[in-house]
Amino acid sequence: MSLDVTLQTDPGAISTDPVLEARRQIEVCNACRYCEGFCSVFPAITRDKVFADGDITQLANLCHNCRGCYYACQYTAPHEFDLNLPKALAAARVDSWERFAWPGGLARVFQSHGMALAAALVVGSALMILAIAALPGSGAGFYAWIGHSAMVAIFLPAFLLPLFAIGIGLVRYWREVGGGRVRWIDLKEAATSVGQLKNLSGGQGQGCNFEKKERYTDARRHVHHAIMYGFLLCFASTSSGTVMHYVFGMQAPYGFFSLPKLLGVPGGILLTVGCVGMAMLRQKADPDLGAPGRSSGEQGFIWLLGFVGLSGLLLYAVRGTGLTGPLLALHLGAVLAFFLLTPYSKMAHGFYRFAALVREAQNKRAHSLR
Amino acid sequence: MILSDPNDLARDVWDVVIAGGGNAALCAAIEAAEAGAKVLILEGAPEAYRGGNSRHTRNFRCMHCGALGPLVDTYDEEEFWQDLLRVTKGETDEDLARHAIRTSADCLPWMQAHGVRFQPSLAGTLSLDRTNAFFLGGGKALVNAYYLTAQDLGVPVAYDAQVLHVAISDRTATHLVVEKNGQQVEVKGRAFILASGGFQADIDWLARAWGESARNFLIRGTPYNRGVVLKDMQDQGAETVGDPTQCHAVAIDGRAPKFDGGIVTRLDCVPFSIVVNKHGTRFYDEGEDVWPKRYAIWGRLVAAQPDQVAYSIIDSRSIDLFMPSVYPPIAASSMAEMAIKLDLPVDRLVDTVDAFNAACQPGDFAPQQLDGVTTAGLTPAKTNWARSISQPPFYAYALRPGVTFTYLGLRVDKTARATGPGGLYDNIWSAGEMMAGSILGQGYLAGFGMTIGTVFGRIAGQEAAAHVA
Repeated sequence: MSLDVTLQTDPGAISTDPVLEARRQIEVCNACRYCEGFCSVFPAITRDKVFADGDITQLANLCHNCRGCYYACQYTAPHEFDLNLPKALAAARVDSWERFAWPGGLARVFQSHGMALAAALVVGSALMILAIAALPGSGAGFYAWIGHSAMVAIFLPAFLLPLFAIGIGLVRYWREVGGGRVRWIDLKEAATSVGQLKNLSGGQGQGCNFEKKERYTDARRHVHHAIMYGFLLCFASTSSGTVMHYVFGMQAPYGFFSLPKLLGVPGGILLTVGCVGMAMLRQKADPDLGAPGRSSGEQGFIWLLGFVGLSGLLLYAVRGTGLTGPLLALHLGAVLAFFLLTPYSKMAHGFYRFAALVREAQNKRAHSLR
Repeated sequence: MILSDPNDLARDVWDVVIAGGGNAALCAAIEAAEAGAKVLILEGAPEAYRGGNSRHTRNFRCMHCGALGPLVDTYDEEEFWQDLLRVTKGETDEDLARHAIRTSADCLPWMQAHGVRFQPSLAGTLSLDRTNAFFLGGGKALVNAYYLTAQDLGVPVAYDAQVLHVAISDRTATHLVVEKNGQQVEVKGRAFILASGGFQADIDWLARAWGESARNFLIRGTPYNRGVVLKDMQDQGAETVGDPTQCHAVAIDGRAPKFDGGIVTRLDCVPFSIVVNKHGTRFYDEGEDVWPKRYAIWGRLVAAQPDQVAYSIIDSRSIDLFMPSVYPPIAASSMAEMAIKLDLPVDRLVDTVDAFNAACQPGDFAPQQLDGVTTAGLTPAKTNWARSISQPPFYAYALRPGVTFTYLGLRVDKTARATGPGGLYDNIWSAGEMMAGSILGQGYLAGFGMTIGTVFGRIAGQEAAAHVA
């Protein structure tokens, strides 16, 4: 049996290149293996002896930044091996998103700069104000401010274009990690993992080490659940409205006891509360264990997403008043910015993480058959 | 609570003062604090390096009847005792050892109740899933859990607090002289628990005990176990056990850091290799037994070679047969090139390898078992896995002795109480590596150091608290 030992790194050769540095640290982890029970990353590491670039990308995207391994690690600074695996994998992870993003370059701007996201929000809102001024509708509710067809004309491409872009990124990801044909069972396993955020459970349900250092807590898992399920409810709300409009010919506005509202109101509340919670947790967490240089972009993304939720709720609260117009412009502007930036902001992590979990399911299956 | 001002240590008379900050010290602190005592932990290392050698450990050997936590089947007292007897070759105290073995069963649930989490036995360690309970995240996670528990119990900790002297009057200790932030203070207490490890990080002491060659040894664990308290007690006539000249050393990668390399510096390729010294000569049967049963012997073998260094050489067919080393192998396309890269005499190494290859007998090479594939007419013989070193590229790893711990310790009784010139001390207990020589006089049994630390740490804490109650 042979092994490409030229891929092996000297444990003392600390690198500024995100992939090389992640490889160096992963090799130390593979010789130690004490953290095996924390998450999926460590069992995945033990399946290999040397790690090609695609392996590093896969492991980096599999990591949920729970930080359990950092606080348990006997090789963190001041030890000369200077391990900080959550940071190393986060750096390799954002590096991969920025490489895979199409068109290239955009991701770097929005991953790094919260101000860029804020500017996108302002531009989005301004565009919506212009749209409202130029294309007033004649329907009821929102449609009195902006016509339904104008809304569709703006948001259909704003929804589909980013999906197309993220699709290109995912294809690039899949090629780099050497992914195989996706089976139903892989998707199911990945969805189960995402649905429960298994990789933030600490391996035994005790939670992660995000904001309380050595202590385990479930706070991050809970606020992430709130954001994720809140977002999915909001998305379901919009989808149900679309179906009601086109399939059943039921026009907005809808009353409270309608599918869009019953999904959207709790979704908006969860999304808003989750984003506030996440922003608060990030205040307590050690920034040196996350993606270097991306803190501002990540923070900006949380604010943007939270603002989408909050402005949506407020819009419902001020219905029938003169505030509807300005709030509608803000809300739709935020949604527009959010959609358009999906491939280039932290939102991209959800897609790549899911892909990594699908690939992990494949790798696990292949390994158990071996 | 962290005490950073040295004067805060001297302000009070503590019920129980603990010298040390590893597993045994923390178990003692938690037990004593839970019994209501006012406890102080004096950790000699800075906070980032707290926990002594415990931070490098990964499991704890535990007696159990039926499944317990992560452990499967049964590991009873007799089997545990026989395992200990075998590795120590009788250099143990049966009464004390059986006491530790029996008590270990209660320790696992106690550890869980105090924040320690266990995980299934790690990849590549399946043989231990019946005997050793692995810590989730390893020993540093265990140490973290205990510090958090101690913190929740209100036990203050002083880091960088080196105990220099135990002041003893007759058979009673009155205070400790502690150096912190360059200042010496007297820390008064009613009971004292000494759990500050062995002396393996004091290279001068090691060289005095073992010989000058010990200066070339690597220390696998903490640089803070310098045996300062042990030496002080010895100087005051405390009874000791364990061979003062001996340490437990294993063969590790020669490129490992001088201190604190820990688990990742181990090297598992020796059985599939030939090992030569700096003269390019073989000196021992590399295939005598499976590696887990031989790595400790190889520590001593390499220590006996010139410059305390050796080189394990394999060919390309064996590179994928062992757990990955953290250091990349030295690669060469011919044995002459390898000799140059390793700075070994070229002709000699080539001759050694040629002679070995010529002596290899045909057989079915089977890396997972003693395959009986042997050399003929070669001295020393290789009695298993003797497959020729002939398919380039060739790979080599340097080997050096890596010291895990020293055997010298304080003599204690079943209540963990230490003994002075006039009999048992009134108020001095000892736990962990510092007294492990009482039970483990020779050899090593994986995870048993943590067993001794947990068992006697807890006992010392309970006894000291009862003494001051």
